[in-house]
Amino acid sequence: MICAMDQTLVKKNVFRSLQKELLIMQGLQKPDGYPQVNIGLQGIEQAFPGKAFPTRGIHEFISHNPESKAATNGFIAGLLGRLMNRQGYCLWVSAEEGLFPPALGHFGIAADKIIFVTPGQRDVLWTIEEGLKCNALTAVVGQIKELSFIESRRLQLAVEQSGVTGMIHRYCPQRETPVACVARWKIKPLASKGKAGMPGLGYFRWEVQLPRIRNGRPGIWQVEWGEDNFQEILSPGIFTELT
Amino acid sequence: MYRRFAAIWFCNLTTDWMIRRRPALYHVPFVTAQPAQSRMVVKEVSPVAQDKGIAPGMVVADCRAILPGLQVFDHQDVCPEKLLHAIGEWCFRYTPVVAVDYPDGLILDISGCPHLWGGERPYFTNLITELNKYGYHVKGAIADTVGAAWAVSRYGRQRLTIVGDQEHSILCDLPPSALRLEPLMLERLTKLGFYRIGDFIHLPRKALSRRFDDQLLKRLDQALGHESEMIQPIRPIQAYVEYLPCLEPICTVAGIEVALTQLLEKLHVRLRKEGKGIRSCTFKGQRVDGDMQQITIATIHASRNVAHLFKLFSLQIPRLKPDLGFELFMLESPLVEELLPDKKVLWEVGGSDSENEVSELLDKIAGKIGRKAIRRYLPQAHYWPERSFRVTFSLKEQPEVSWPEQLRPIHLLPRPERISVTPGVSGDSFLFFVYKGRMRKIQKMDGPERIECEWWIKKEWPRDYYRAEDEEGERYWLFRHAIHNMDKPEWFLHGFFS
Repeated sequence: MICAMDQTLVKKNVFRSLQKELLIMQGLQKPDGYPQVNIGLQGIEQAFPGKAFPTRGIHEFISHNPESKAATNGFIAGLLGRLMNRQGYCLWVSAEEGLFPPALGHFGIAADKIIFVTPGQRDVLWTIEEGLKCNALTAVVGQIKELSFIESRRLQLAVEQSGVTGMIHRYCPQRETPVACVARWKIKPLASKGKAGMPGLGYFRWEVQLPRIRNGRPGIWQVEWGEDNFQEILSPGIFTELT
Repeated sequence: MYRRFAAIWFCNLTTDWMIRRRPALYHVPFVTAQPAQSRMVVKEVSPVAQDKGIAPGMVVADCRAILPGLQVFDHQDVCPEKLLHAIGEWCFRYTPVVAVDYPDGLILDISGCPHLWGGERPYFTNLITELNKYGYHVKGAIADTVGAAWAVSRYGRQRLTIVGDQEHSILCDLPPSALRLEPLMLERLTKLGFYRIGDFIHLPRKALSRRFDDQLLKRLDQALGHESEMIQPIRPIQAYVEYLPCLEPICTVAGIEVALTQLLEKLHVRLRKEGKGIRSCTFKGQRVDGDMQQITIATIHASRNVAHLFKLFSLQIPRLKPDLGFELFMLESPLVEELLPDKKVLWEVGGSDSENEVSELLDKIAGKIGRKAIRRYLPQAHYWPERSFRVTFSLKEQPEVSWPEQLRPIHLLPRPERISVTPGVSGDSFLFFVYKGRMRKIQKMDGPERIECEWWIKKEWPRDYYRAEDEEGERYWLFRHAIHNMDKPEWFLHGFFS
C-alpha cells in the first residue's frame, strides 16, 4: 500500500519535471535562474504558464479596423519598449508603411533604433522568418494579413531556436484560423478617464483580450499606458475573466 | 639581362595641359608664375609666348613690359606630379614598368616590349605621336641606361633618338648638365672650362673624385652602364578580380556553388592580407555560347566573411541560366573598404558580435528585396508633422536632434482626409463626424495645438490640432485650418492614436 503511494508520488514528480522541460523547450517558460522580463502587467503575466510573459514565442495580434489597428500597434510598441529596455535592435516588417515614428517616443522607444523593412507582399513572411532566426535581435514585429498554421509553425520553430520574441499583427484577416502561437491578443481602444473633474483625454486605455493562451488561462483585462509603463485597472466591476 | 630604357621629356608640361583644358589658350601667349623672393617669376612658358622671347626665370613684370597681352596663371593651380602620374598610368599600355621622373619626365623600362610593335622605332614613334595627339610637346630617347636616355632626351638634337652602341660618343658631345648633376657642381665644372662631357670623361677617376665628389663619377658610371640604376615604377591599381576557368562546362547548381566558394576563398586571402572588406561584389559566368551571366550583392558594412558572402550569393544563384554550361567564372569586387580588426560601433549598445549579426541579416534581406526597403527614421527639427522625421538607409547615422516630446498619433494618414463635422445640438459641446461611413460622436477633446507651416518651405495655412476621443474610446487626431475661413471651418482627420 505504502509502496504504491510512493510510486504514484514518484510518477507525479517525474511527470511534473517532464512538463516543465517541455514548457522550457516551447519557450513558454524560462529555465530556472534565467532573468525574467517584467512587462509590468502582473495580472496578464499570471495567466501565462510559468507566470511570466513568454519572450521565446510568437504572439499573434488581431485587429479589424483602423482604430483597433492603431490601438494594437500602440500596445505592441508598449511591449517593445519594455522588451528592448532602451537597448538592442528590433525589426518591424510590414508590407505597407503607416507607423508614424515620432509617436514611439511616448512608449519609451527611440524610433531610430527600430529597423523598418517594407518588402512586397510575397516576401513578408520570408523576411519575418529570417529576422526571427537572428538571435542578435530583441524582437521582430510583423504585420501580415493571413497566416496559415504551417507558416506559424515555421515561425514558432525559428523562435524556439533563437529566442527572439515574435509579434505578428494580423490586420483584417479573412478568418481567425488557429495558429501555432503562444497567445492570441485582441486589443480594443477604451474610453480614457481623465483626472476627476477635469475635461480632456486621460491615458491611453485598452481592453486586452486573450482568447487563446497555450497552457494558460484566457481572459479579458483593462490596461492603461501611464507615464512610461503599463497599468492594469483592477476595478472589480470591470475585471472579468473568460471561463 | 639586356635592358632598354626610354626617357620622355615633356618640354612644356603644364602649359600644354592648360591648353588641353582650355583650347582657347592655344593662340594666346601665357605663362605660369610663382613667387620667388617677393616677386613673381615665370615658371613655364607657352609655345606662343616662347616665340615672343619669354623664357622661364624672367620676372613677370619684365615680361609684361615686353608683351602687354601676356596672361599669367598661378603655378600652384596645376599639379604636375599628379599629371605626370596620370600620364604614367596611361603609358601602361606600352610597358608595365613606368616611373615618374619629377618634375617633367617619365622613365619607361621597355625591355622586351618593342617587338610587339615591330621594333623600337615604330614603338617609340607610336608612343610619341599618341602623346602629341593629346597636345603634349615631348622629346624622347631610348638607350641602354636610364642616364643615357635621360641625357639624350633633354639635350639630343632630334625629337626622337634611339641610341644603340654609340652611347659613349653621343654622351661626349653633351654638356655636363646632361648628367643630372647638382647646380653647385655644374657651376664648378663650368668655371674649370668643362663645357662638354667629353672634356672630362677621359680624366683619371681619382682626380675627378678628389675634385668633384663621388657624385660625378656615380652619374657617369650610371650613364655608361658601369653601375646599375634603380627606378621606382608606378604601381598599377590592381582590381579585386579572381578568375576560375573550368575544364568542362559547369551547368549544375552544385558546381556553381563550388566555383563560387573557391573564388571567394581566393579573394578572401588577398583581402585579409590587405585588411580590406567587400562592400559590393559581382559573380560572373561566361557561358559556352559566349553569353555572360552575372549576379551582384552588396553589404552594409565591409565584410570578408566567406560564409556570409556565400549566403548572400546563394539567394541569387537560381537567377543564373547555365544553358549549355559555364566555362569561366569571375569574381569581381568593384567596391572594397578598409576593414579594421576593431569593429565599428553600429549603435552604442549591444556587443559587437550582435551588430555584425544584425548587419549580416540586413545584407541578406537587402539581397532579396532590395536596399531601399530597409530604412530607419531620424527626427528632424520641424514641428510640421509631415516633416518631423526623415528616412535614412544608413545604419550608422545618429539623430542630430531629439525626438519630439509632444504626444503624436501612432498612425498618420499619408494625406489629411477631409471630414464633415457637425456641431451637436446647442447646449452640449459634442461634435459628430462621419468617417468611412460611420458616424462618430466625439466625447472628449484636447487642444488646440497650433502648428504653423514654415513659410520659407511651403505656404500652407496653420493648423489647429485636436486630440479627440469618441464614445467607444477610439482616438483621433483632427485639425482645422486656423485663421483661414473661420466662419465655416474645414476639418481634417490626420491620424489615429493608439
